[in-house]
Amino acid sequence: MDSILNRLRYSFEETGRVAAFAGRFFSEAFRRPFEWRELFRQCYLIGYQSLFLVAATGFIMGLVLTLQLRPTMIEFGAVANMPNMVSISFIREIGPMVTVLICAGKIGSGIGAELGSMRVTEQIDAMEVSGTNPFHFLVVTRIWACILMLPFLVIAADTVGLMGSFLVESTKGSVSMILYFDKAFSALSIGDVVPATIKSFFFGLVIGVVGCYKGYNSEKGTAGVGKAANTAVVLASLLLFLVDLLAVLIADIYYTI
Amino acid sequence: MKNSETIKSGLQPLIEIKGVKKKFGENEVLKGFDLQLFPKENVVILGKSGSGKTVLIKCLVGLVEPDEGAVHVLGQSIPDLNQHELDKIRKEVGFLFQGSALYDSMTLRENLQFPLRRHPERIKGENEEQAIRQILQSVGLEHAINLMPAELSGGMKRRAALARTLILRPQIILYDEPTTGLDPITANEIIGLMLKVQEQYDTASLIITHDMDFARVISNRIVILQDGINYTEGTYLELSKSQDPKVKAFFKDVQSRNQYG
Repeated sequence: MDSILNRLRYSFEETGRVAAFAGRFFSEAFRRPFEWRELFRQCYLIGYQSLFLVAATGFIMGLVLTLQLRPTMIEFGAVANMPNMVSISFIREIGPMVTVLICAGKIGSGIGAELGSMRVTEQIDAMEVSGTNPFHFLVVTRIWACILMLPFLVIAADTVGLMGSFLVESTKGSVSMILYFDKAFSALSIGDVVPATIKSFFFGLVIGVVGCYKGYNSEKGTAGVGKAANTAVVLASLLLFLVDLLAVLIADIYYTI
Repeated sequence: MKNSETIKSGLQPLIEIKGVKKKFGENEVLKGFDLQLFPKENVVILGKSGSGKTVLIKCLVGLVEPDEGAVHVLGQSIPDLNQHELDKIRKEVGFLFQGSALYDSMTLRENLQFPLRRHPERIKGENEEQAIRQILQSVGLEHAINLMPAELSGGMKRRAALARTLILRPQIILYDEPTTGLDPITANEIIGLMLKVQEQYDTASLIITHDMDFARVISNRIVILQDGINYTEGTYLELSKSQDPKVKAFFKDVQSRNQYG
């Protein structure tokens, strides 16, 4: 019983510490001088270098989703609505979630390990003693890069996922590209695209904050670096689902109205 | 080398520590430590591993906050400074970390550019590239300017870290075990470099080590940190004549190494 209470207490304390860390990010996010060079470098590392992985995953998801759905859709005589269904499910949920979970693994662990290693080897202390604010240089730039790049990665995954779906439809059925994408886009409304894009910014914030928090506060030693990378992925993934749930609940109110 | 009394006469200390205490959980590492460092002086803090030497010098740059006691650097009380004031003091205090702490995603040039671009006033209108090359030349690393830290040997890393420390032209340099983990030849090179740097840039140094042999060569004054306090202090010669068993233990270590080494 005591151990459960201790774990619960630790969870609350940890949540408070992550929230305080996020608060510090917001207080320094617009403070000058802004580290533009580091921000562009991080955008390249986080955005461009994750693009292939995200696109490949999105493409496979598009293929798999269509292949799995097709027999059922045929059974119900609704295979003609396949582009509509795939586009809505991909844009609203599958695309963002697959992308951010991949990114939580790749980017979250990468940031956690990099900052953790910098902490352990005293590089963060070295920055601090040279009169540079390491939080501003390392943390603010990385979180901004995550916030800015995640929506682009989600859009890329959505686009490539729809292409994967079209590939199955054109191979198994006889749908032209124009017809497929015409049906896919006509099914979408602004209420599908905007909430998905807005929540992608928040997903970026979560991945950035958690990755940076775990790395920046890493324990000493190589084990500390490993733990920082590992817990960054676990905590970010959990929080991403919570943010997604919240986003869906808010969007649901919009759909009901 | 000038002795400590000559250096101290009529000068204000650059660093003054009084009654510093620091506890980590139940473990009280500093139990009221006192120290003064004067301009152009080389003071060695000698102590066993885990005796709190690194904690002490981290208190001087605000990386660790003492639980009790006064820490004054260049006349300013470090625990009472705000971030902006602390950053101003930090430019005057170079810190050479035990593991060098070079930024491993940057080349050697970028490692030196990093502090300089944030404090360009420190080179007073001098050309940035020229300042970097000049510092690298003084530590014998001009040829390695475009190398990444991972491509440097242990001794080169230490010299590169010293160059990065010097680029902001500090008045004081804090060395955290600068020769630990180096072979004797490379360690001697670093010692030579430290003496050269002090002469060239007129710095005062606070050096942490557990190596009495190194302390003999580099120090004007040795302070022994034992049981969390300033146990005793003096020149190498004075301490070598001490009959105190705790002081003698440090010399025995040197003798046994000379015997077996």
